[in-house]
Order: sequence, then structure tokens, then C-alpha cells
Amino acid sequence: MKIAVCLKQVPDTEAEIKWDIPKGTLSRDGMDSITNPFDEFALEEALLTKENYDGEIVAISMGPEGAADVLRNALALTVDEVALCTDDAFAGSDTYSTAYVLAAAIKKAGDVDVVFTGKQSTDGNSGVVAAELAAVLGFAPLTYVSKVRSIDAAGKKIVVERAIEGGTEVIEAKLPAVVSVIKGINEPRLPNLMGIRKASKIEIPKWSAGDLGVDAGKVGAAGASTKVVEIAVPPPRGAGEILKGEIEEIANTITDKLIDLKVIK
Amino acid sequence: MANDVWVYIEHKDGDITPMSFELLGIGKQLADGFGSSVCAFVIGDKVDDLAKEAGAFGATKVYAVEGDVFKGFRGEAYAKAAAFLLEKYKPEIALFRATSMGTDVAAAAAAQLGFGLCTDAIGLAVDGGKVKMTRAAFGGNYSVSVVNEKAAPQIATVRPKAFAMGEKDASKSAEVVKESFALADADLATKVVEFIKSATAVNLVEADIIVSGGRGLGTDAGFAMLKELADLLGGAVGASRAAVDSEWIPYEHQVGQTGKTVKPKIYIACGISGAIQHLAGMRTSDCIVAINKDPDAPIFKAASFGIVGDYKEIVPKIIEKFKGKLNK
Ligand SMILES: Cc1cc2nc3c(=O)[nH]c(=O)nc-3n(C[C@H](O)[C@H](O)[C@H](O)COP(=O)(O)OP(=O)(O)OC[C@H]3O[C@@H](n4cnc5c(N)ncnc54)[C@H](O)[C@@H]3O)c2cc1C
Ligand SMILES: Cc1cc2nc3c(=O)[nH]c(=O)nc-3n(C[C@H](O)[C@H](O)[C@H](O)COP(=O)(O)OP(=O)(O)OC[C@H]3O[C@@H](n4cnc5c(N)ncnc54)[C@H](O)[C@@H]3O)c2cc1C
Repeated sequence: MKIAVCLKQVPDTEAEIKWDIPKGTLSRDGMDSITNPFDEFALEEALLTKENYDGEIVAISMGPEGAADVLRNALALTVDEVALCTDDAFAGSDTYSTAYVLAAAIKKAGDVDVVFTGKQSTDGNSGVVAAELAAVLGFAPLTYVSKVRSIDAAGKKIVVERAIEGGTEVIEAKLPAVVSVIKGINEPRLPNLMGIRKASKIEIPKWSAGDLGVDAGKVGAAGASTKVVEIAVPPPRGAGEILKGEIEEIANTITDKLIDLKVIK
Repeated sequence: MANDVWVYIEHKDGDITPMSFELLGIGKQLADGFGSSVCAFVIGDKVDDLAKEAGAFGATKVYAVEGDVFKGFRGEAYAKAAAFLLEKYKPEIALFRATSMGTDVAAAAAAQLGFGLCTDAIGLAVDGGKVKMTRAAFGGNYSVSVVNEKAAPQIATVRPKAFAMGEKDASKSAEVVKESFALADADLATKVVEFIKSATAVNLVEADIIVSGGRGLGTDAGFAMLKELADLLGGAVGASRAAVDSEWIPYEHQVGQTGKTVKPKIYIACGISGAIQHLAGMRTSDCIVAINKDPDAPIFKAASFGIVGDYKEIVPKIIEKFKGKLNK
């Protein structure tokens, strides 16, 4: 079975964000970066799938050259192949152009049965690339997956549980499929020192727009249909009121104030 | 009309709540900005009741695709039908709720049409002939405005509760346009085997009131106390990651960057410090009450009302007062 996993590099949540205001994009240079937290669950699920059902894993990322770090981390956890989709033409992509490039990379990797992604990135935050990727590739869309029940590679079948509003949906799908995973599906493992050392010596293959055969008019800032036109720091929430006094009095005041909002029935 | 505003009516198995029609209010405002009409579109195995209700909530026209293959909710099938309708009628913009169902249909339909989409809008306005959409980025530390320049139609998902519902007027009705769209089971790669209703059935995203607990609760027993308060107020129980990691409460209750993003009318945070990743999930709540024993806890900076003290003393007192005042 061939397993693909999509890993995005994102700024560390603690890091100071630098914007390229005119372009409405992030200037990623010099920022502390990490693997998107949800993608660690996707990577672990790929590793578990490989262990349980046999197969090989290709980890794919689109981003600037520095995004090679997330792939190196994946190599340290013994994925079989990696590919970094990097090209100046990709800069400024929106979710659709991202899905389009990732889809081209998955096709190039060849006969992929299942693609794992995270539910959402912590920078763009869209939570839609998996559904878009499935639509572009014509694969079964399986989003918000909380458990993979079984995979039958020969019978081309997968059964998963999805955590959606109000409960869990069990879905049976044909392979190939795109599976986006939520937190809690597994416990991501950490690489060991030997893995890290080995991975540090591996050259990361880079795929350009030309290598992927993508239409340059459909990617990057030129191809993106959505554009960030304004970036602002939201006004701080109005200075709150600290309720003081005896507990009795505080409880009296807060319950009055909340009842006044006319939300409680 | 080509510049109409379309609102997707979300439902599951024909089950509708007033929230299904939530976006018709903002849809009408945008349509006024374009000088056009607000229309609804529905997909399902039986759509008549939905269409009728959508009319009462202000849709002037309802576009529908009906068929057995749409029984239950099947994202894959619904997205194909949605893309078909949007391609055929090319409205100005189509709005979906930013729930799991709404997002899946919106994203897959947009991709089939070959465009990106704007997600989780908390602000929508007509600007220069396009819809300018405002959303939070980076845990709400930034707000960004996005315009879908090239897409026809523009597609956006909207955060539940970000806009007031339109008024219902049972005397109003909409013209219903049914389109046939042939889709067979064999054309689909997914099949719903079963739906297991959650015993606790938390629907944080839809809740008007959320009572949340963090590491400061100290034990899982603390959550029993918060549940009592939440039940009294008709609300849901939320949690910080630290509380979830301590296994006091399941992950589906987690609020924050790696949990749910919520926007209730009242959010009561007990024993939660207010880390940036937690704030990311709840800072747009209308009214935030923080109960924390540390007066310097960052949560107080985001709170509308702060109470410094031990939740074990404060929460029972609040429960007692509510019981008296609400006659419960
Ligand atoms: C502030 C801000 C606002 C934006 N607003 C919009 C908008 O409204 N509409 C829009 O279309 N675009 C928008 N973008 C652009 C969008 O974020 C990027 O195109 C991004 O490459 C993909 O979207 P995401 O990170 O939100 O992905 P999500 O859909 O949140 O990511 C889901 C999963 O897809 C995979 N994935 C995503 N990107 C990559 C990648 N580069 N490499 C490998 N795997 C990946 C990962 O597994 C990830 O967990 C915005 C970007 C920023 C910074
Ligand atoms: C990538 C990433 C993603 C994350 N995603 C999330 C997320 O989605 N959601 C989330 O919540 N966190 C998330 N976190 C974790 C976040 O950084 C914090 O660690 C977490 O929110 C802390 O939870 P807490 O406030 O319950 O605990 P703490 O920070 O330990 O705070 C406990 C608070 O309780 C108070 N307290 C103690 N006893 C009492 C008492 N008896 N009465 C009243 N107050 C009391 C203390 O004063 C303290 O302020 C994420 C972190 C990372 C790195």
C-alpha cells in the first residue's frame, strides 16, 4: 500500500508573526517554525498504517526551502520518501492552489491509496485543504477522522469514524481516499537521536512547478482566487470589570448581570 | 439573477433547527448591498419542508436538488449537487455555515469549480462589488480581510452565531425551483454505515452558554459542578487542553486552537489561565466571565467580568443564586 502524508510548516504559536503587508502574506524568514500540530497526528497515523498494513510512506510539503525541516523530522521517524514542493511560483497560494499543487505531487508519487492530512493548520486556519484535495484528485473525502477502523488495501476499502457535531459517523469508503485527522486519534511518537542523525544527512528532493507539470497560472499569488487585502490587530476586548466584595455579594451581582443579558431561559 | 446571494440550508436527514436558516439574515443584508435577492439552496431526499421554512425566514427563491441518494447527510453527494447548482446559476456569493457539514460541502464544491474559498467569516460586507470577508488568524491575534477576487461564485463559510438570525414570518413563502441532478450510489466513494449519537451530545459550536473548566479544577469532580451550572443555564460544558490531557473530560469538549472555536453569548471560564491557544477558541464570545484564584491570570484581560477566588467556593454560590432567581 502506498501512503501519503501532507505536512505543513507553520510559525510557532509563541513566535512573533511577521507580515508582508503589501502582499497580504506571511514573511516566513527568520520566524521560529514547527510542524503544524494536527499534522503530527496525520504523520503518526501514516506510520501506524504502515506498521499495521504494510506499505510505504511518502511525506509531502509545499513551502519555501526552509520547510524541508518538517520533512527531515518525518524522515527521522522513518518515512520512506519525502518531497518538498517549492517554487517561487507557489508563493501566495490560496487553499485551492495549495490543494492543486499537493494533488499534483501525490499523482507524481504514484498510485497512492490513502492520503493523511491534519484537520487544519494553525496559521491559515482554513480547515479545507483535505476536502479540496479529495475533490481535485477524485478520491473519497474523509474529514475529521477520529479513528481508522480498518483498511483493506487489496479490496480497496477503508472504514473510519468521523467526529462531527452531535456524535460519531462511521463511514465505509472506496480507496483511494483522503483522510484528515483530528487531535486524539493517536499519540504521536518522537524521533530518536539515531533517526535524527540519519535524517540530517539525507538530501530532500525538491519538486518545482515544472517537475509537477502544474499550470503556473493556477498557482501562487497569480493563480489564487482569494486575496488577503487587510491585516489588522483586532481592538482589545473592552476592559473587563473585576467584581469585588464578599462571595455572597459577587454571586448576587454576576447572576444579575448574566440574567440581564436575556440569554438564559 | 446573476448577482443574487445564496444561502445553503444545512440539515441532517431533514432534521432542521432554526439555526439552519441562520444565514438568511446576513444574506439579506448582502443582497441589499448588491441590489439583488437572497435565495436559499437545499439538497436532500425530501426538501419541501425545508424550502417552506426557508421562505418564512426570508428567502425569495429556493433552489433544490432532490433524490434518494441524498438521504442522510453525505458530504460527497451534497457537494456534487451544490457545485452543479452554483455552476448553473452562478450567483454572486454562496454562504455556508462553518460547521463540519457546511465546511465539507463548501470546500469540495469550490474545488470542483476550481476556486479557493473564504472560511469562518465573522464579518461580511459588500465592498467594491465584491464581498469583503473578515476572519481571525493566528489564534485571533490578527484579523484579516479576504476578498475572493476571481471566483464565480464567491464562496464563504460563516462562523455560527456571528450574525443575528433573520426574523421568521410564516406568511412569507418562496418560489421553489427544483433541478434534477442525476447521481447514483455507484458514482460515490463513501457510504455512511451508522451514526453513533454522543451520550453527552456536546454541541459546543451551537451552544449559547458554555461553562468551561481548566487545570485549576484540580479533579474530574470539578466538572460535575460545572455541569450542574451548565444544565441549570441550558448550556454546554467546555474545557481547556490541560483538563482534557488530565483525562477529566473527553477531547470533544476542548476549546482552543487544537479544539473547537466557539462564539457563545456567555462563556464562563473556571480555573483556566487564558493561554493564547485557549483564547484562540473563545475570545470572540459575547460575554466572558473568568473565575480564577490568581489575580494576574491572563484570562482576566479577555474577561467582561472577572472574579478572583476559588471556584469551589464561587461556583456553588452562583448555582444557588441562579436557582433562586430562575425559580429552578
Ligand atoms: C492569514 C491568512 C488568511 C488566509 N485566508 C485564506 C482564505 O480565506 N482563503 C484561502 O483560500 N486561502 C487563505 N489563505 C491561504 C491559505 O492559508 C494557504 O493557501 C495555505 O497554503 C493552505 O491553507 P491552510 O493552511 O489554511 O490549510 P488547512 O486547510 O487548514 O490545512 C489542512 C491540512 O492540509 C495540509 N496542508 C495545508 N497546506 C499545506 C502545505 N503547504 N503543505 C503540505 N500540506 C499542507 C496539512 O495536512 C493541513 O493540516 C490565508 C492565509 C493566511 C496566512
Ligand atoms: C500547539 C498547541 C496547541 C494548543 N491548543 C490548545 C487548545 O486547543 N486549547 C487549550 O485550552 N489549550 C491549548 N494549548 C495549551 C495551552 O498552551 C495551555 O497549556 C492550556 O490552555 C492551559 O490550560 P489551563 O488554563 O486549564 O491550565 P493552567 O495554565 O495550568 O491554568 C490553571 C489556572 O487555574 C487557576 N486555578 C488553580 N486552582 C484554582 C481554583 N481552585 N479556583 C480557581 N482558579 C484556580 C490557576 O490560577 C491557573 O490560572 C495548546 C498548546 C500548544 C503548544
